Amino acid sequence: MTLSEEEVAGDLEPAEPAPPSRGRVLAGRFLASRQGRAGVGVLALMFVLAFAGPLFAPWSHTDKDFAAFLEPPSGRHWFGTLQTGADVYALTLRGLQRSLIVGLLAALVSTALAALAGAFAGYFGGWTDRVLTWITDLLLALPAFLILAIMSPLFGSGQWPLFVLMLALFLWMVTAKITRGMTISLRQREFVRAARYLGVPPVKIIFSHVLPNLSSLLIVDATVNVSAAILAETSLSYFGFGIQPPDVSLGTLIADGSRTAIYAPWTFWFAAGLLVVTVLAVNVAGDALRDAFDPGAKGGR
Amino acid sequence: MAGFLARRLLGSVVLAAVAASLAYLLAAGSLDPRANYAGRTPPPPPAVVDAQLAALNLNDRTPLFERYLTWAGGVLRGDFGRSVTGSPVGADLQRRAGVTLRLVLLGLVCGSVLGVAAGAAAAVRQYGWFDRLSAGLAYLLLAVPVVVLANVAILGGTWANDQLFGRRVFLVGGERTAGLDAGFWGGLLDRLQHLILPTVTLSLGLIAVFSRYQRNMMLDVLGADYLRTARAKGLSRRRALIRHGLRTALIPVATYFAFVFGALLTGAAFTEKIFGWHGLGERLISAVFTNDVNTVAAISCLAALAVLCASLAADLLHAVLDPRVRAG
Repeated sequence: MTLSEEEVAGDLEPAEPAPPSRGRVLAGRFLASRQGRAGVGVLALMFVLAFAGPLFAPWSHTDKDFAAFLEPPSGRHWFGTLQTGADVYALTLRGLQRSLIVGLLAALVSTALAALAGAFAGYFGGWTDRVLTWITDLLLALPAFLILAIMSPLFGSGQWPLFVLMLALFLWMVTAKITRGMTISLRQREFVRAARYLGVPPVKIIFSHVLPNLSSLLIVDATVNVSAAILAETSLSYFGFGIQPPDVSLGTLIADGSRTAIYAPWTFWFAAGLLVVTVLAVNVAGDALRDAFDPGAKGGR
Repeated sequence: MAGFLARRLLGSVVLAAVAASLAYLLAAGSLDPRANYAGRTPPPPPAVVDAQLAALNLNDRTPLFERYLTWAGGVLRGDFGRSVTGSPVGADLQRRAGVTLRLVLLGLVCGSVLGVAAGAAAAVRQYGWFDRLSAGLAYLLLAVPVVVLANVAILGGTWANDQLFGRRVFLVGGERTAGLDAGFWGGLLDRLQHLILPTVTLSLGLIAVFSRYQRNMMLDVLGADYLRTARAKGLSRRRALIRHGLRTALIPVATYFAFVFGALLTGAAFTEKIFGWHGLGERLISAVFTNDVNTVAAISCLAALAVLCASLAADLLHAVLDPRVRAG
């Protein structure tokens, strides 16, 4: 990076010189792979199903049909009904909505946290590094599940954003460690040094030079965190420590369904199946994304 | 090396102490043991409740910090306090630790051995049918949360009992049939029957992780010069792969094994709870529901210690197995 460019490169995304832009190359590579297309396609389908699907159903997730208790799928109730007469189709889509939102938000927050903590620790070193590393180690040693379980009474009555925050708080540590290591090596690179000698403030260097150079790692990691967050949300909600009733998520539905699964399979398999397909799609898309960023690493090597 | 180890050990001890204290403060601050007395009929007089809570060091009228000091003093003397029902926490957890250890050890050994074998086999014939099959299965397993896997295992076990065997082969619920009197061998068989499904649940996820990990390590090793040297000096392909390839590729897996072992102490909670095993994880979940502050704090203390010991063990193991680490 030359001097004049250095002065221009003030904002987060420096203007790309004419084509081919990196983003377009990446998107091209990503969509050229069968995995990438399949993963994104299935995910898009899930989103459409979760957000547009309920519009076409005759029942909402709070309705109870008192003429149909625990009935198998039919024209009236597409996925059947629960013991309470609630419509499984409406409930499952509502749960899918919640799980998708919780997963995406938690992954976003945790990746942002990891990027900040790792980059600051790696760039400043010294006491900043020591304190941040210590906090990271402390959170790794605390059983996350326990803290979330203890705090679960606070998540009731529409307080699910707090749950998302707490979930994110326990997902960022490993990424932060990787980010820290990479920042330490980036700090020695010429363009970062040049910026420092020009008197660019450290925080600005982190945001406009360090983090953009880590973007591929962070983006791939965010997709990994999405599936981790969805799985964690499901497990916690299953035991009543996550999303609290009357709100539903796939976890609470699977918990309810598992009790009646033997004689009423539709109460369990729709929620469980959608969950597995969603996580699978996220993982597949994440792998394709990694290959797009790093074509040399294809085949898991 | 000794100085580094000592510093590392000291850091771990401090970290464990802080983690346990944080867990205690959080638990004591947000769980409410007094609520346990609210539903009783006839309602006990407030003075009695106060006295009982105070005797258990759970009284929320005592300042939090004072309760914490009492608790920490007890822990330093090896006394984890008493649960809400008045029984000592230490003795209860000791019994439960045995149950958890049995489940986790068996699951981990099955998972790692099968996973390593699958990963190595997949790497040796890269892009062969087994590689593709195991990759697909691993993908699928990694997308299935434990709570779904456990329930599917129970459903599958019940189906197999009814349709395949016509009698109860897979038993669900607890680690043994209560009140069963069938002598030593009968009892052992009964325990085994209870063990199969939880172990399968616990191992399947581990097999997926270990096989992916081992495959990548093995692929790295397969291209290495020393393996070609081993072939060149006349070793058969099989011998070279096992003696030189697998052994080197196992190093990172061994350290990962130690790490997982520490995390599984509470990580097996979901499996234990669903299968009704009375282990540490199951106790943790029920302790949160019964506002049992001392038990929650004791288990998180154990969990933090386990994670730190495991990461220490992983580092040591790495140093022992890999000469480069020792030299560097």
